[in-house]
Amino acid sequence: MIESNQDESKKKWESALMALLVILILCFLLSLTLGSVKIPFSFVINYFTGQGNNEIWSNILENFRLPKAITATLAGSALAISGLQMQTLFRNPLAGPFILGISSGAGLGVALVIFLGISIGGFIELSGIGRSWLLVGASAVGSFLVLSIVLLASFRIRSGVSLLIIGLMFGSAASALVSILQYFSHAENIQSYVIWSFGSLGSLSWDELSVFTPIVIAGLLLSLFLSKQLNALLLGEDYAESMGLQLKTARMLIIICTSILAGTVTAFCGPIAFIGLAIPHIARMLFNTGNHLLLTPLVILLGAITLLAFDIIAQLPGLQETLPINAITSLFGAPFVIWLILRRSNIKYSL
Amino acid sequence: MKGIRSNDLTIGYPPDKRLIENINLKFTPGNFVALVGQNGVGKSTLIRTLTGLHPALAGEIVLDGESVSTYSQTEIAKKIAVVLTGKPESLNLSVLELIALGRHPHTGWLGVLKETDKEVIEAALSQMEINYIATKKLFELSDGQLQKVMIARALAQDTELIILDEPTSHLDLKNKIEVLELLRKIAKSGKGVLISTHEIQLTASACDEFWCVDFGMPFLTGPAKEIVDTGVLHEYLHLPSTVRIL
Repeated sequence: MIESNQDESKKKWESALMALLVILILCFLLSLTLGSVKIPFSFVINYFTGQGNNEIWSNILENFRLPKAITATLAGSALAISGLQMQTLFRNPLAGPFILGISSGAGLGVALVIFLGISIGGFIELSGIGRSWLLVGASAVGSFLVLSIVLLASFRIRSGVSLLIIGLMFGSAASALVSILQYFSHAENIQSYVIWSFGSLGSLSWDELSVFTPIVIAGLLLSLFLSKQLNALLLGEDYAESMGLQLKTARMLIIICTSILAGTVTAFCGPIAFIGLAIPHIARMLFNTGNHLLLTPLVILLGAITLLAFDIIAQLPGLQETLPINAITSLFGAPFVIWLILRRSNIKYSL
Repeated sequence: MKGIRSNDLTIGYPPDKRLIENINLKFTPGNFVALVGQNGVGKSTLIRTLTGLHPALAGEIVLDGESVSTYSQTEIAKKIAVVLTGKPESLNLSVLELIALGRHPHTGWLGVLKETDKEVIEAALSQMEINYIATKKLFELSDGQLQKVMIARALAQDTELIILDEPTSHLDLKNKIEVLELLRKIAKSGKGVLISTHEIQLTASACDEFWCVDFGMPFLTGPAKEIVDTGVLHEYLHLPSTVRIL
């Protein structure tokens, strides 16, 4: 009976996985064709098979659309997985990738560079490649600092909820510091910071992608190996420990994994809301399982698809303007989640 | 010696909240033991201490002849399974998925189930007589069914000892009797079963041994019938002598 039941659900899972993979490829290709300049689908195919004969279109694809689509795919997966991990670790449906203060820390790092770096030193070249790596570095250092404090606390504290509150407190403190910095800053610096906080998928060069891609893929692989630990945590920390889980080690690995994923995305793309909070819920509701071994691949695909789709919307196909991705994700995502909850009304049991 | 033995164990909370002192107990496979005492006297803490979820204040716990401090978390998990009070935190799992979690200490990196794991899970389902709900979700179950599923998960952990914190609370009388009977059968099959309970009358006829705790009294153990007949149980539980137990 276990056999037949497992075969049946395995088949369902496999077909869901295949369907999502097909949708992902479609979204990826679609995001290459749509934008301020419409590139025909046939040309995209030709480009990949090495027969592209239009200089301008090839240039757009190679230097803009392709890096952006790859960024969106990886960032979507990374944020969705770190959201799943935080929701399970803290058994809190409102948890997301940034619940432990990662984005606030990153924001503080970036704010320090933008507001202080410029006024004190004046030595920092704030244009072109130098600037983008500087912001990436500042963001990474900021989130790493907040994370280290949370990790230190995690060794002293047994209860996950206490850790969650400590993370929130550090997040608030970091945001407060950013506010103070803003208060004493010039308008143009504030504008730079606000633009960073809009998030952006299109600012990664191939150089940056060569750093971004391996880190995110490593994080995603680590997340797959953490599914067993996350499953044990579904029953609560006491049960998990009674089944042989090293609570503190597992928690540390999960936090490190989430930080690698969410921290890297925030460093390179700025804060992107909604994906990490909502995708795990959508995956659990659509596929009706809490088993992380099954959920992890589904969430990876669903996250990538969603961010690609939002990126297409944000580009406003046919128009010159691009809307901030961080706003688009919530603007279009929130109604969808509300609709899903009203239709299924079982979010209580989805975690 | 198989099972748990304790030497002058003192349990409680640091720095100085000592709940029960100088506990010398023996808990061996094949025995069905009921831990009884008033609310707040430290039954749950004793259970959590014996299962390694809570540190002891003093004394030593010996598991299968070796001090429990020499075991890793996984090694303990292969010898002791627990069923705690309250529902599991996630209910979006099928009965099979939940029971499969019991295989956690036995499976590899990814937690993929092998044939032997599936056989153990199947056996746990039959032993708890819950095959008919195997594919249901936990949130669809009644409290009685859920408790049996939680016990099946402990069985799937394939340990020589199972420790349960108030396994019959929140159940109706029929389910209380059924659960106790299933636990008695599990003990008869060779596993050690320890429960904490307030169901004195139902338990007295099912269990082999009583462990009695009360405020300011020494930790006392003995065969169930003897503990009842000598009036010790009445004394520890503050029952008037008119209450008949067996």
